[in-house]
Amino acid sequence: MIRACLSLVFFLALELSGAVAAGPAEVVAKAVLLEDKSEEQIALIKELDPTPELISLLTLWKEGGIFLLEGPSNTKIPVVLDPLKGTDDKQAAKLLATGLPHTDSDGKPARLIASDLNAAETDSDLRTAMKSILDLAGLAADDRSARLQAVETLGMEQDPSRLPALRGRLEKETDEEVRHTIREAIALTELKSSDPAAVVIACRTLGELGSIRSQDALKAIAKDSGPTAKAAQEALRKIELHLQAANTWGTIFRGLSLGSVLLVAALGLAVTFGLMGVINMAHGEMIAVGAYTTYVVQCIFGPGLELSPFGIHITLPSLKTSGWIYDSYFLVAIPLSFLTAALAGIALERTVIRFLYRRPLESLLATWGVSLVVQQLFRLTFGANNVQVASPRWLSGHWTFSDVSLGWNRVFVICFAAAIVAGVFLLLARTPLGLLIRAVMQNRSMAACMGVRTERVNLLTFGLGSGLAGLAGAFLSQIGNVGPSLGQSYIVDAFMTVVVGGVGSLFGTIFSALGIGMVDQSLQQILGNPVLGKILVLAGIILFLQWRPAGLFVSRSRSLEN
Amino acid sequence: MQPQPRREILIAGALALVLLVLMPALNAWVPQDSLLHVSNFTINVWGKYLAYGILAISVDLLWGYTGLLSLGQALFFSLGGYMLGMHLMLMIGKLGQYKSDLPDFLVFLGHTFLPAFWKPFYSFAFAMLMVFLLPMLLAKVFGFLAFRSRIKGVYFSILTQALTYGASLMFFRNDMLLGGNNGFTDFKFLLGADIRSAGTQRTLYICTGIALMAVYFGCRWLTRTKFGLIQRAIRDSETRVLFSGYSAANYKLFVFVVAAGIASLGGALYVTQVGIINPSEMTPDKSLEAVVWVAVGGRGTLVGPILGAVVVNALKSWATRAIPDLWLILLGSLFLGVVLFLPEGLISIPAKIRSLFTRSKPLDPQESAVSKANAPAA
Repeated sequence: MIRACLSLVFFLALELSGAVAAGPAEVVAKAVLLEDKSEEQIALIKELDPTPELISLLTLWKEGGIFLLEGPSNTKIPVVLDPLKGTDDKQAAKLLATGLPHTDSDGKPARLIASDLNAAETDSDLRTAMKSILDLAGLAADDRSARLQAVETLGMEQDPSRLPALRGRLEKETDEEVRHTIREAIALTELKSSDPAAVVIACRTLGELGSIRSQDALKAIAKDSGPTAKAAQEALRKIELHLQAANTWGTIFRGLSLGSVLLVAALGLAVTFGLMGVINMAHGEMIAVGAYTTYVVQCIFGPGLELSPFGIHITLPSLKTSGWIYDSYFLVAIPLSFLTAALAGIALERTVIRFLYRRPLESLLATWGVSLVVQQLFRLTFGANNVQVASPRWLSGHWTFSDVSLGWNRVFVICFAAAIVAGVFLLLARTPLGLLIRAVMQNRSMAACMGVRTERVNLLTFGLGSGLAGLAGAFLSQIGNVGPSLGQSYIVDAFMTVVVGGVGSLFGTIFSALGIGMVDQSLQQILGNPVLGKILVLAGIILFLQWRPAGLFVSRSRSLEN
Repeated sequence: MQPQPRREILIAGALALVLLVLMPALNAWVPQDSLLHVSNFTINVWGKYLAYGILAISVDLLWGYTGLLSLGQALFFSLGGYMLGMHLMLMIGKLGQYKSDLPDFLVFLGHTFLPAFWKPFYSFAFAMLMVFLLPMLLAKVFGFLAFRSRIKGVYFSILTQALTYGASLMFFRNDMLLGGNNGFTDFKFLLGADIRSAGTQRTLYICTGIALMAVYFGCRWLTRTKFGLIQRAIRDSETRVLFSGYSAANYKLFVFVVAAGIASLGGALYVTQVGIINPSEMTPDKSLEAVVWVAVGGRGTLVGPILGAVVVNALKSWATRAIPDLWLILLGSLFLGVVLFLPEGLISIPAKIRSLFTRSKPLDPQESAVSKANAPAA
């Protein structure tokens, strides 16, 4: 019975293979059965065309996804398992050669447990051969990043036998970055050429391409003498220049993004401290309110959240979304974090700050007390550890542009900073509320005489400043840790930014944030030491205030004591 | 609002008697099982409170009397601790984990010889000199820069906060060769005596008490001279002082340097009794905590800060054990409450109660500041 079944299977297999010539699955199955004879296996698989089917088969084999079952009379049957797992951990088995279900002794489709089976083994020679086939195949891959990866690997191998494949691809390739990498890979491989003229040309190409990857290979050549060494030295010099340029641009980008982070964190402070003159040490906690709001929104979109502050159990419902809906949680979180932080700010203004408008030093102390309380509340509610805020997928990639890597989240922070600066500017300059805010900040009692409800304007202004802090929190949650002391790590920097910019001047805040960000990153680049850079920035700020005690942009006033 | 001078001296004398004579005596000569015995632990804890009291006076000298809210006092406090700590580290000798003449952390970092700047600290006298010299020098340089460019009010606070923050970042680094984030600990000997024995700790406690008394009377004298008058005038209206022809910057610089020295002395005494100093002592938060003590006790008086330091720290000792989760909330609310409802601190409570009975209105804080400034110098 069994024999009959098997012969039927083989018969079918033969029928199929006859019809489609020798399909890759069949050849691979044959190769798998040739256990231990790696040379023959290599010969077999090398004959095949690098079709996607072959690639997936080889990958499966390399990763131990092909299993050998004991067949009758000492034969072996190569099978693959269906990726769908049953509740009992069993998977349906398919014959590798034909793709038909493997049947057990009763003729039913067999269901097997992967960990009970013997995987078809591969030795190192075979794996090397497989890898080179996979890399070559990768050249033709549809996915751009897979092609890049394959070209890079082939280039680093410096194997002259790859040249035809690379040249062939170069003619077909349309993507500029991949073309660049292929040219680099070809030149890298040519370095191994026995013809000195070819090596010189390769060196020149590498120099022009500014190939960072080829530095080691070029250094080896530069040690010799003769025209090749000279060409290699020339190329190394060019690469060095390119590297410096890339570092400079990278530093500028990082400086810009750090500056934007500072700007986002300090903009709220520029409103509450700069315009209102209130020292809000709890500003950092407003940032944290925004960050935790983002976290809560994310949890509601995802798996839900259980909180137990003071022994009260709160279960937040879960929407159990996934895919793009889950990724759009951030768009919901942005306005919500503004609102929550603004409400928290309004509550703070009503309960504490309105009593202290005339006593700035004491508002510093009182709000520090608030900040301690709020931090501890975070700790009791969300735990003392950092919580995980996952970036939506559309924020977690990066662009690489001539060896300068631009993270999307950083680019986003820069754009966002620009957007909220524009928003705040329009609000202050173009709306009736902005007019009232400016009037009250310039001369409170005169505004009151003109019938402006100053108390209310104070309230709204403080709410605006706190809301901006909340927005900052939403963004900082994308690029850093979210924990109870999140705000503390930004508060000193934020105050310094406002003071350097000139209190009361939004433009000053923008300039000083970008300036401090740039200087900080440049110092880090030059000194190779973030902490030392930071200390130097602080020292630099103290010295800067010697030169301009009121900051970059002085808001002029006729009052004697300011 | 200050207590009457005579009464103040009486109260201070009585407190000194209890703290400096009675408590050590009860600790040394009363048997352990007696009800009146003061345990070594109590002596140690009170030694810490008194060292904090010194720090609090330095904050008050700046904030309460000159109107300078310095958030750098914790930096000067821990600098003092570090200077004496360096001497104590060298006195451990070969008794450390690695049985080397070098402090353990240097061996751990792979050093084979003592860095040059450590060498003079073998001398106790030099270490004590540095306890005063280094922080005062730093205060002089920073203060000169800050006051010259007329940085005042909240800007001064923010700058001193940045200074402290920068310094703590520096001390957290291992390549400062000052112990990194572990700092100094595990001290063994001070001037040849075992630093952990009850006798030494008692002596150190008495020393701290005497130092606190000296600082108290020193500041009391200083604030009652003409200098003190100008100091308070600067607090109340710096511009008017300037227009009267005084160089306010020099006065402020002097007070800032003196306060740095006082804080540093407190730090040095603190380290000998607590037995550990690390960079987390010099964060801006610690400075703010010291400001809380002053605010709670009563700023602008000299007894207030000491009272505040003792009360808040005693509360902290109790709360961190009994309700560890709520301690920060308690501290924050205490501070909030004092700033909002009791701006003159605990010390003003008796006067407030008395005024309830005499039906006379308590003086408005603004008014009292002016009346103080107008009072003739003692």
